[in-house]
Amino acid sequence: MTVDVASSRPIAAEPEIVIDVEGLTKSFGGRPVVKNLSMQVRRGLIYGFLGPNGSGKTTTIRMLCGLLTPDSGHGTCLGYDILTQSAVIKRHVGYMTQKFSLYADLSIRENLEFVARVYNLADPRKAARDAIRRLGLENRAEQLAGELSGGWKQRLALGACILPEPQLLLLDEPTAGVDPKARRDFWDEIHALAHDGMTVLVSTHYMDEAERCHEIAYIAYGELLTQGTVDEVIANAHLATYTVTGPDLAGLAERLKSLDGVDMVAPFGMALHVSGRDSERLDAATNELREQGPQHWAPGEATLEDVFIDLMSRSKDNFG
Amino acid sequence: MSAGISDVDRRTRGFKASLMRLRAAFIKELIQLRRDRITFAMMIMIPLLQLTLFGYAINTSPRHLPTAVLVQDDSAFARSFLAAMRATDYFDISTSAASEEDLDRLILSGKVLFGVQIPAHFGRDLMRGERPALLVVADAADPTATGSAIAALQGLSAQVFSRELTGPAANLAPRPLPYELRVHQRYNPAGETRLNIVPGLMGLILTLTMLIFTALSVTREIERGTMESLLAMPIRPVEIMLGKIAPYLLVGGVQMTIILVAARLLFGIPVIGSLWLLVGLTLLFILANLSIGYTFSTIAQNQLQAMQMSFFFFLPNILLSGFMFPFKGMPGWAQAIGEILPLTHYLRIVRGIMLKGATFFDLQTDVLALAVFTMFAMGVAVARFRQTLD
Repeated sequence: MTVDVASSRPIAAEPEIVIDVEGLTKSFGGRPVVKNLSMQVRRGLIYGFLGPNGSGKTTTIRMLCGLLTPDSGHGTCLGYDILTQSAVIKRHVGYMTQKFSLYADLSIRENLEFVARVYNLADPRKAARDAIRRLGLENRAEQLAGELSGGWKQRLALGACILPEPQLLLLDEPTAGVDPKARRDFWDEIHALAHDGMTVLVSTHYMDEAERCHEIAYIAYGELLTQGTVDEVIANAHLATYTVTGPDLAGLAERLKSLDGVDMVAPFGMALHVSGRDSERLDAATNELREQGPQHWAPGEATLEDVFIDLMSRSKDNFG
Repeated sequence: MSAGISDVDRRTRGFKASLMRLRAAFIKELIQLRRDRITFAMMIMIPLLQLTLFGYAINTSPRHLPTAVLVQDDSAFARSFLAAMRATDYFDISTSAASEEDLDRLILSGKVLFGVQIPAHFGRDLMRGERPALLVVADAADPTATGSAIAALQGLSAQVFSRELTGPAANLAPRPLPYELRVHQRYNPAGETRLNIVPGLMGLILTLTMLIFTALSVTREIERGTMESLLAMPIRPVEIMLGKIAPYLLVGGVQMTIILVAARLLFGIPVIGSLWLLVGLTLLFILANLSIGYTFSTIAQNQLQAMQMSFFFFLPNILLSGFMFPFKGMPGWAQAIGEILPLTHYLRIVRGIMLKGATFFDLQTDVLALAVFTMFAMGVAVARFRQTLD
């Protein structure tokens, strides 16, 4: 493997903006799945791609790596045109599919050697051996990939993706159905990769994972609703929030939902989050309840989840 | 950590890089093939089983056919006619009918294929020169079953009574023809079916197994969900195709060897022409079928559809290629369809080389046809291969 030639050359040779697309649109059978999506991802960042199921995350990722052709829109991935240069893009992108898509009837070693050969690595056997060592799978190298547990399958899939040392990693819900410990290890690995200069776009619907990303984008019903750092996204939502504690929160929640000016009511453990897009109208609507008790009202910070649920209900209003 | 973009581009460009990716697909496919034990066992068992089963079972010129007789005349002529029938080996006089109705019933029920009625006073009338009728009823519903036996019967009646027709009756004996007819049954003087069937079976077995192997190869990847990853990798459709076809070329070669050895050992069928020419052209035929199967695989949405397509293609291959029925006996349009089937051309090649000692020069049209098929099917497959999930 060639060692780190990139760093010896001027940084400008490789674009700072790794993904730069504009107006991507895709429909299946007349049903729009992604609508007019524009996004930019900078090199070396972990970019979280959030949104409910069926929101168009997978379709967008597939358009980025050339697996789907957009109906309209244009853009570049690693500086190459996504419409005309997908063959080149594929050499520099590692794509981890949502469903385990290595060969179940091939052993771990055979799967990795296959990937290494397809990417024309100089010494496929050595590359596979090194990857197995990195993954800590030395004892299981000859085990069939289909016999691995969910967590190990996911680690192996990631190992196969990064084997050819791609510039960009596209991970489609990589941690779905994986236990918390394996999830944490997985994120540590992703952070290490980003630290070494790899750009990672990862789709998820776990909120805690969103907060581990450098930047996030929220997509619902095929539309990108917001993007930026977690703090920016929360700030841009302009969501005034109260945290309510005390007795009979369920009853209170029911009453609050019907009030004009209250946009979102969501229980959080022993507390209730009450939010409104317009802080004055929220105050006016809840004034009476705040005064009379018996619950305790405290001004709080909107969480990312508050923001997303609010965004989703807003976009549902527009499309429903 | 990551290699520069231009490095990767340099590494992955060019013919050698392409060959390496092809090798990746080849190795992968070979391992998967080896792991699928049932398929692997079938590859060896199918040719052996089918060859022995059909090679021994099929006979287009059957002998010892059950025959019933209704003898109403007890003369030397009647006895000598029946003895002559038996001597042809085509007739097995198994039943004696009691009456004409009984004879009809035996034929209608399928218990016998032939009924012979020697009428009363046959011998007396014959000696009187009255040309009495001797009735042979054949169940000709299946012409192949009775055809050769009927032909044998006609040859027989000319000399059957020569021993009895002596002395004063000698003038009743048939006279020889004023000329001699010489028929050379070339390449298969004894007219044995297996000499025709066994080489044909080689073509048929290879068509079926090769077609199905590759017909499933792409749809299987789609159904198992591995296609999405494969498409996201920098491997080109033609590399995937050749990598998937190549292992089966080996399998086809093994099958060919098994069949050729079995043909020699079990059926005593020689290869009169060049063995290496036969091997080379059989591999070309295998490649043609693999490419067609692969083309089906790129068109079908799932494995079931791929199987259906294969069988849809397989049927005309059996019926119109000249494997089962004489090619030249088909109407012009059917021959035209036959000409676009690889098996038709291969049958000419395999029968030509094994039985007739044909050379490359004699077979060049058929070789060209097979080569064109292969190229065409591969071209369609590469064009049809969906590089995206659209």
